[in-house]
Amino acid sequence: MLWVDKYRPKTLDQVIVHQDIALNLKKLVTEQDCPHLLFYGSSGSGKKTLIMALLRQVFGPGAEKVKVENRTWKIDAGSRTIDLELTTLSSANHVELSPSDVGFQDRYIVQEIIKEMAKNRPIDTKGKRGYKVLVLNEVDKLSREAQHSLRRTMEKYSTSCRLILCCNSSSKVIEAIRSRCLNVRINAPTEEQIVKVLEFIGKKEGLQLPSGFAARIAEKSNRSLRRAILSFETCRVQQYPFTSNQAIPPMDWEEYVSEIASDIMKEQSPKRLFQVRGKLYELLTNCIPPEIVLKRLLYELLKRLDAELKHEICHWAAYYEHRMRLGQKAIFHLEAFVAKFMSIYKGFLITTFG
Amino acid sequence: MAPMLQSSQQWVEKYRPRQVKDVAHQDEVVRVLTNTLETTNCPHMLFYGPPGIGKTTTALAIAHQLFGPELYKSRVLELNASDDRGINVVRTKIKDFAAIAVGSAQRQGGYPCPPYKIIILDEADSMTEDAQNALRRTMETYSKVTRFFFICNYISRIIEPLASRCAKFRFKPITEEIMSSRILHICKEEGLNLDAEALSTLSYISQGDLRRAITYLQGATRLFGSSISSNDLISVSGVIPQDVVEALFTACRSGDFDLANKEVNKIIAEGYPVSLLLSQIFDVVVEAEDISDEQKARICKRLAEADKCLVDGADEYLQLLNVASHVMLALCNMPEELNYES
Ligand SMILES: Nc1ncnc2c1ncn2[C@@H]1O[C@H](COP(=O)(O)OP(=O)(O)OP(=O)(O)O)[C@@H](O)[C@H]1O
Ligand SMILES: Nc1ncnc2c1ncn2[C@@H]1O[C@H](COP(=O)(O)OP(=O)(O)O)[C@@H](O)[C@H]1O
Ligand SMILES: [Mg+2]
Ligand SMILES: [Mg+2]
Repeated sequence: MLWVDKYRPKTLDQVIVHQDIALNLKKLVTEQDCPHLLFYGSSGSGKKTLIMALLRQVFGPGAEKVKVENRTWKIDAGSRTIDLELTTLSSANHVELSPSDVGFQDRYIVQEIIKEMAKNRPIDTKGKRGYKVLVLNEVDKLSREAQHSLRRTMEKYSTSCRLILCCNSSSKVIEAIRSRCLNVRINAPTEEQIVKVLEFIGKKEGLQLPSGFAARIAEKSNRSLRRAILSFETCRVQQYPFTSNQAIPPMDWEEYVSEIASDIMKEQSPKRLFQVRGKLYELLTNCIPPEIVLKRLLYELLKRLDAELKHEICHWAAYYEHRMRLGQKAIFHLEAFVAKFMSIYKGFLITTFG
Repeated sequence: MAPMLQSSQQWVEKYRPRQVKDVAHQDEVVRVLTNTLETTNCPHMLFYGPPGIGKTTTALAIAHQLFGPELYKSRVLELNASDDRGINVVRTKIKDFAAIAVGSAQRQGGYPCPPYKIIILDEADSMTEDAQNALRRTMETYSKVTRFFFICNYISRIIEPLASRCAKFRFKPITEEIMSSRILHICKEEGLNLDAEALSTLSYISQGDLRRAITYLQGATRLFGSSISSNDLISVSGVIPQDVVEALFTACRSGDFDLANKEVNKIIAEGYPVSLLLSQIFDVVVEAEDISDEQKARICKRLAEADKCLVDGADEYLQLLNVASHVMLALCNMPEELNYES
């Protein structure tokens, strides 16, 4: 088992970071009338961990006995039937799913399946809880229609069902849904907190950590606990005993984006643009989300630029990411950003150096 | 409802008014509907307004009061966004229900039971235009035996031909005064203690949305017990602390792009919702005395554009960084590049 899973705290008492939030969650479920919850925060900040620990708090150890199923639903959409496939994780008292996985048909998942699940009373009536819990992941990726479909379900069946929604960016969740939940913000752990977790794992694994080593990993983790633990484990595999100056390997794709940035800075020409396109394609086919690529590219470019150009470049990055969201083919917009950059940068070089 | 479930009820549902007369602050519609209860006359209705101010509540209450529990099932069809309401459903399910003939008015068990059915289309702004168009005919053909109630947040999403067939009611955000009295009522029922400051904080943070106020109150009760302070409410509400906004401003004033970028990164890592932050920045900018009108205009224009982009699903980090960059340009009186306009 990977360390990220092996050392995931199982109960609200065991968490190392977010202890204050864990304490609050515990109080929140002592009575029967717990509200719907919306957890939001950046990736790897510990949302899922808290949600699972919360379920355990509510339903006891039974909540950990989950069954993973790949299920297919036949949905009658008037003139035709649609087959939808979705993975669910369920215990006697809760079901977890990511409705946005089915793409633009996510509305049907909410209308047909989630409503059905919410309607039915919990199977296990012996348990002291009169409700079951539906955990929905990535609600910020749900289409607007699907989000609207959740609204009334959250009210109508609230006696038999509680929703726990989880997302990265709560700005993408419609107001009407946010108004129906208690919002729980999960901040990314600070570097010091990450160091604490790494030291904890190190101790459990019986490892010797040179001073400053954990801090260096934390610094490179971008405040993502998951990422820090993963690179810690990678370091362990690459070289043990650790040395204090051991390199922390960056992610492959980040290296690659850094190369792209250098390429662009070196030469601005149609030929170079063509080469860069190939590299961008490569990233996309490896399932790196386009907005992540764009943000990383911006990061690399900003590092290399003069102050006066930074404003303009960040403007265009925001501009093309927005266009990308409205359009269909991400590559067009990534490439347009690169072309725009080249033209601005070339213009800058010419006016400065003639 | 089974007694065992009583305790697992959320307060928003527990305190949902069951009768039209108990709906707070929406006097106009309450007056019209109270009249309906006497005369049983009722036009098609369109309720619109922001979340959590009593639209669904009012529609359900009038339907229950007109027909009572016995007839409710056969006379009222409630469809909301969680139901498929595509064009097919309009042509079949809705049309079939609308077409059913009903007997003449006859009071039953103390309920007026007027000779028509009610179709409630809640969250109607999520219906497609095609589906709405398909409704026009049905509405006209069966207007003798069927009344439609449309409910939505944005009236602009309802096509004109439908809207013009309805009596329109704009539901207003709940005022601080009314909100306080509802909240105090709940506090009394639940045995809570709320001082005046906490009360006014609660109405401020929930911005006229009563559902949100009740949810915060319930959350705060669970977390902090029955004596609730203003700070307790702020901490459950997710409002962004003012010093976060200030820090971003200070960074922008410095004219150092990297500093602002760092601040933006920090805000994103803390998980503050950027849409909310934009409106808090807006409040600060509008009230600031040391910012000229021209600077304010430049900043607000960008805030508006970023807000729209966020609604379209754009990335929070990039939008906020861009806002920060424009705020910096405006505050430091640096020109914007002319070719920014695409
Ligand atoms: N005017 C009101 N008077 C009394 N209680 C209200 C009022 N408005 C809202 N509430 C409270 O808020 C809850 C939600 O109200 P309701 O379902 O009517 O909102 P809505 O206007 O339909 O919102 P949405 O647009 O999000 O569907 C109710 O259960 C009730 O507890
Ligand atoms: N509170 C915590 N204390 C210690 N380790 C944690 C905590 N929260 C998360 N972790 C570690 O970080 C990893 C990633 O957390 P996760 O909850 O999956 O993040 P998210 O759902 O926010 O993306 C977990 O697998 C776990 O090992
Ligand atoms: Mg996760
Ligand atoms: Mg409603």
